[in-house]
Amino acid sequence: METLKLVASYLVMLVFAPPVMLGIITKTKAVVAGRKGPPVLQPLYDTLKLLRKGAVYSTTTTWMFRLGPVVSLAAVLAASSLVPLSGTPLISFNGDAILFVYLLALGRFVTVTAALDTGSSFEGMGASREVAFSSLAEPALILAFASLAYRSGELSLARMFAPHGGPGSAASAVLALGSLFVVLLAENSRIPVDDPNTHLELTMIHEVMVLDHGGPDLAFILHGAGLKLVLMASLLVWLVLPEMPVAGRVGSLVLGLAATAVVIGLVESSMARLRLIRVPQLLVAAICAATFGLILTLR
Amino acid sequence: MSPTSRFASIRNGEAVDFSKVPVVSVEEFRSSILKMAATGHRLCALVRDAKKDRTAGGLLAVLADDAGGKLFLAASQPMARYPSLTPDLPQAHLFEREIHEDCGIVPEGHPWLKPVRLVPPDKVAFFKEEGAEIHEVAVGPIHAGIIEPGHFRFQCHGETVHHLEIQLGYQHRGARRLLSAGLDRRSLAVAESICGDTAVAHAWAYCAVWEALSGCAPSLRAEAIRAVLLEAERLANHIGDLGAISNDVGYLPAAAYFGRMRGDFLNMLMLVSGNRYGKGILKPGGAAFDLPDEMRAQMIETVKRSIVQVREVGNMFFGEPSVISRLEGVGVISSKVCDDLGLVGVCARAAGVDRDVRQDHPFGLYRFRYIPVMRLDSGDVFARAMVRFLEAQRSLEFLRGLLGHLPEGKSAVPCGAPAANQIAVSLIEGWRGEVCHIAKTGRDGKYEWYQVFDPSFHNWIGVAMALRGGEISDFPLCNKSFNLSYAGHDL
Repeated sequence: METLKLVASYLVMLVFAPPVMLGIITKTKAVVAGRKGPPVLQPLYDTLKLLRKGAVYSTTTTWMFRLGPVVSLAAVLAASSLVPLSGTPLISFNGDAILFVYLLALGRFVTVTAALDTGSSFEGMGASREVAFSSLAEPALILAFASLAYRSGELSLARMFAPHGGPGSAASAVLALGSLFVVLLAENSRIPVDDPNTHLELTMIHEVMVLDHGGPDLAFILHGAGLKLVLMASLLVWLVLPEMPVAGRVGSLVLGLAATAVVIGLVESSMARLRLIRVPQLLVAAICAATFGLILTLR
Repeated sequence: MSPTSRFASIRNGEAVDFSKVPVVSVEEFRSSILKMAATGHRLCALVRDAKKDRTAGGLLAVLADDAGGKLFLAASQPMARYPSLTPDLPQAHLFEREIHEDCGIVPEGHPWLKPVRLVPPDKVAFFKEEGAEIHEVAVGPIHAGIIEPGHFRFQCHGETVHHLEIQLGYQHRGARRLLSAGLDRRSLAVAESICGDTAVAHAWAYCAVWEALSGCAPSLRAEAIRAVLLEAERLANHIGDLGAISNDVGYLPAAAYFGRMRGDFLNMLMLVSGNRYGKGILKPGGAAFDLPDEMRAQMIETVKRSIVQVREVGNMFFGEPSVISRLEGVGVISSKVCDDLGLVGVCARAAGVDRDVRQDHPFGLYRFRYIPVMRLDSGDVFARAMVRFLEAQRSLEFLRGLLGHLPEGKSAVPCGAPAANQIAVSLIEGWRGEVCHIAKTGRDGKYEWYQVFDPSFHNWIGVAMALRGGEISDFPLCNKSFNLSYAGHDL
């Protein structure tokens, strides 16, 4: 019975959390700009609309192009089972943090390969940028994980991200938090790294790689991207948010995710996008922050 | 002998009997243009003087003395080929390409004699860079946004652009042919549609040419109404461009506020002309409708409110460090490039060139009321955005003063038929830059030919120059900071 409840609440989170979180970001930006904005559930409506559509495939593409969206969504879904999305994770074992990082990398690998498969110069450009920037975002992620693992003496996500005392604990948590937030913005194509709303294919990073996907494929990609945002945001939430007495574990997470979405929306409203050549500087700063965090936990 | 003695001298918006325009041999024509260019004159237009399409004829040059406020005209005898001006005077490059395409006159030694509009763009040769690490990116003619067709081809090394080639000419609307066809009741509507966002400036240039040819002098009130419309058009577009630039850098609040304010100015045009683009109100001899007092009061209200709002939103936009770091140093063109290639308008002023028709060749009400010219030196996207912000503020101040004291008089006077054998040149400072209309009448008083140059015609090459050595990801922002018209180029 407990397992059934866990799986059911997991399914609800997997389906609804990504569109709602994206919807809250859009709503925040709209309110700051003095507009009404689309309904919070609009991303879900878009996904449902895309699922009903057919897809068009270019004749230059091969099976790799069709594999991309499916595998990338599957990789993120698998990664989500390691993150405590409904209080406890579905699966948890020592070292699952490393699996988490590799699953995200697998999703990126297939997306990039599918983009290269189209033979389009835009998609090639996007793929090259994605790989260049994630080669800096990944170390930041791993170093932040390392400092948290060292601090807690654990290598599983669920326990690493639990509140924890210890020498330099608070300071290293803050540094890990900062660097993970930058990685979150970079990995999920948010301002200041990327602009999720632009239609200008020459400036895009992530979006340009999926220009040729349509219909259900695009729905998979969009939902997968949203889910990735939810996963990284929920890790941040578990890092800072103690369990709230009234809301319970799931309720705290939901509130925390909503708050993170508002923060992302405010960041996007309050600054311009970086020049593409400056993005590595931001990511290197995230690496430095994570490294300092790691140093602080060393005893 | 001074070089100007080989030219007929007129002022902006004046006509001259064509017999007074010196017709010289092509060698002399060429050398005197080069001499004039060496003394700081700008090649405003180089056109062929021939009545029919596809017939070789002579050339006609219009040179502008921006410091002295004079225009110089000279014509050459008919010929089939001549030594090209472009190697010595790069300003002539697109004019010569256009002439070659239109009638087959060969400018010998032209370095880049590529078709401009008429040849299907897929049959045109492009520059291609060789090398294992070089990749080519082609954008358009169909774009991701709802914009006009144009093809951009980048030769890139990684993210760095080595060369950008812009191919336009996808639209074949025949604006010039329709205007040359004569004094038709539809001609004014055609002139307004040359470039939809510059309707007032093109309509004014069209009217000014007709008025010059027929010797008609519009009342001061009519000129004032025209100036109000022209500045409102400038405001709507400058503010709209600032909004578009904010949107491109991802700074959303400013994009939303500027976008709303653009609506205020479009609504101001709507109030006066009944449509949001100021069409149908200018006519030869004046304005089609007067500006009643209550309408004027409403406009003053908008202007006063906007002076505060534009300043506040602009200060918010330009006060945001992340915005400034995104804009500065991107898409730089030097004042030398502007002078060499004859760039006009906002992008020239942003590079430190003192060039504004309202100051250099004042027309209409600008003969009596001065708008300060706004210049910056850096020539980058920041400077082009800042010049727009400053010009919008000057236009608002101008409107506040003018609307408060609109000259009395009739809004229109009757305008007769053009005189025979005349040529007239009209320059108007539209929001993008210099709009130039030239018309020549034949013995029957009908137009022999009618030539139009939108500022976009001069400035597209500036976009290519600004991108050279820049980053390909900066192209959309850079392009937006120029915001040139495809229709104005293609005609």
